Amino acid sequence: MKKVEFDIPVITNHPVTPSIEPGAMAHVKPFVAKQAHQEPLGFPGELVEDWHDRAIAKMGELLGKYRSLVVFMDSCVKCGACTDKCHYFLGTSDPKNMPVARQDLMRKVYRRYFTFAGKYFPKLVGAVDLTREVLEEWYSYYHQCSECRRCSVYCPYGIDTAEVTMAGREILASVGIGQKYSNEIIGKVHKIGNNLGLPEKALVDTLIDLEEEVKDDTDVDVRFPLDVKGADVLLITPSADFFAEPHVDGLIGYAKVFHQAGISWTLSSHASEAANFGLFIGSQDNMQKVAMRIREAALELGVKRIIVGECGHAWRVAYSYWNTLIGPFDFLDPKYPAPQHICESTYNLIQQGALKFNKEENDDKIVTFHDSCNVSRASRMGNMPGGQFVIPREIIKAACNHFVDMREDSIKEGTFCCGGGGGLLTDDLVELRVKGASPRVQALHEVIEQHGVTHMAAICAICKSQFTKVLPYYDMNMDMIISVHQLVGDALELGVEQ
Amino acid sequence: MSFFSYLYAVLFYCATVTMVVGVGRKIRIYAKTPAPLKIPTTPAPTTRSGVVGRMIREVVFFESLFKSSKWTWLFGWAFHFGLLLALIRHLRYFTEPVWSWVAFLQSAGVYAGYAMVFGLLGLWGRRLLVDRVRYISAPSDHLMLALILGIAGSGLLMKYIWHTDVVALKTFALGLLWFDWAPLPDDPILLIHLGLVICLMFVFPISKLLHVPGLFFSPTRNQADDPRERRHYPGAA
Ligand code: SF4
Ligand code: SF4
Repeated sequence: MKKVEFDIPVITNHPVTPSIEPGAMAHVKPFVAKQAHQEPLGFPGELVEDWHDRAIAKMGELLGKYRSLVVFMDSCVKCGACTDKCHYFLGTSDPKNMPVARQDLMRKVYRRYFTFAGKYFPKLVGAVDLTREVLEEWYSYYHQCSECRRCSVYCPYGIDTAEVTMAGREILASVGIGQKYSNEIIGKVHKIGNNLGLPEKALVDTLIDLEEEVKDDTDVDVRFPLDVKGADVLLITPSADFFAEPHVDGLIGYAKVFHQAGISWTLSSHASEAANFGLFIGSQDNMQKVAMRIREAALELGVKRIIVGECGHAWRVAYSYWNTLIGPFDFLDPKYPAPQHICESTYNLIQQGALKFNKEENDDKIVTFHDSCNVSRASRMGNMPGGQFVIPREIIKAACNHFVDMREDSIKEGTFCCGGGGGLLTDDLVELRVKGASPRVQALHEVIEQHGVTHMAAICAICKSQFTKVLPYYDMNMDMIISVHQLVGDALELGVEQ
Repeated sequence: MSFFSYLYAVLFYCATVTMVVGVGRKIRIYAKTPAPLKIPTTPAPTTRSGVVGRMIREVVFFESLFKSSKWTWLFGWAFHFGLLLALIRHLRYFTEPVWSWVAFLQSAGVYAGYAMVFGLLGLWGRRLLVDRVRYISAPSDHLMLALILGIAGSGLLMKYIWHTDVVALKTFALGLLWFDWAPLPDDPILLIHLGLVICLMFVFPISKLLHVPGLFFSPTRNQADDPRERRHYPGAA
């Protein structure tokens, strides 16, 4: 156990909705971006002098740019249906972490400056002026939202707090108060091509090491190709896959699948990152710029397909936005969806009988599956709605004998965020991350008690990193969290005649 | 014609214009504002017709609210369904002869008032008793409940206790409709009932009642999940 300065939520046998504790998380906020992290993204280096007017102007601009924002600002009836749906509220009891209250931080200001009622009867409708205090509060609570969209599932008008959070962050960054963690990372992608700032040379070495490792393990020459022109498939995967545990075992899994299915593939050093933190900070310009490297790489390498590795928000950006931001993909093979998720690809190969598994390899595990928010509620896999729930589970079941699901309201479209999504996966927010993970940990605890679950598989780099970090706070083993493609890789029979 | 007859006639016209123009303006803003990215909350229908089905389920059954909170759903649905029936029942004041389906629903319309009051009291109870909902309530949220409860309550009182001259009332209503003004019965309870309705019409376009048009424009609900199949153009609606 680590030394901690905050109370870790008590994990009970049944889910509980806490009573509100105003101000419980008011002290939590991430580090503010320095000039060097702001300017490369096109934001001012520090709080600008006319921040008030600029913030209101920016808000007006966004209200005219995003239908979601203007409709959501007007439509909430304060029914309270979302109030017990956010994992950060459930884990912290701070009422400002209830989705509607988080929206209200902006709605109060919207009403004051943009509506009749708020201009003339501010007290009546709870409208307030934009002050430094309000700005501070925005900074704190818009960085206590992982943009997971769980609230939007349950709101009768589909109000998605993530959209409000993104707008809040964009306004903040545009007056000079950006978030260090996300903005620093985006800067690295713009400059080097991945979140880690991993240069090409290091990438080459890592891939060679991986080839040797797999060779030692299996005696089979599984390749990890980089920048191979004319390969069929360009694999875009989160850079965490290149060396962090448990991610890297997922990458090994993909490589084994490609090897076994005889698919020619390559990674790209120009676009060595699937993650796109431009989404998190609500900046469409940065999101597009980050994604554009992928189009460039695909054209440069002359590939026929693009496959995206295990990552949640990256899949949202790829699935929902790429076509708009960096499409059309008319240069790719129309027989395959563009882009395609690695799970879709592996699932199809399983369906075709192209992969054989020795499921006993995973018999030491009883596995459950953590649906990642952005895959569940902001994208799809396969041809039918909800394919994103079926396909990963079918893959797991093909590779393992023992699989159980967690409580129904904690999976699929109702899945709880890991607590580290949306640009919050940083050490300066550990308290928030640990507390925010508690609803997921509680549901996991239930299946551990009832079914002896030993591992939780995930298909998101952020989820994997987050759980590795926070599970120990709950006296759970950090190795419990694994990649779906680790299960695949471990059980896949290599080199056998099909 | 009495002073009140003139006053209420003028107020009704003003309220109607305010409501229609105000809501119309909002609808125009919503319609004009682009939806630059695809953001349906998934799993979502993959076709336009599927989206129509989803919207119908939201509008008619409050599908998302049902998933969310059974109590809020029960109270909310009882209120809205009661309101719908009550509105239909009131059509008899504006149609001559009364449309047959409206006449058919008259008796059910009586229970509508009770359903409304039941739903409103339930919703208000939650707002007062559940700490989370109390926290997010502004004075305007309580006032709105009071307003609508006042309308429903005064309506029920007229039905059962202080009857008003419905024939004269209908003449007044038809007079408004055809610009051929007629006197309004000056029972205090009727004046209260109508006065509150006028207030409601005035605040409609500047209050949370905008959830009515808002629902239809909510991108998380009205977009089809087809970004790979169909390129969504930035700036497109
Ligand atoms: S569920 Fe929707 S309408 Fe109800 S309080 Fe939450 S955001 Fe507002
Ligand atoms: S998007 Fe997720 S983290 Fe943000 S308010 Fe909604 S439920 Fe909470």
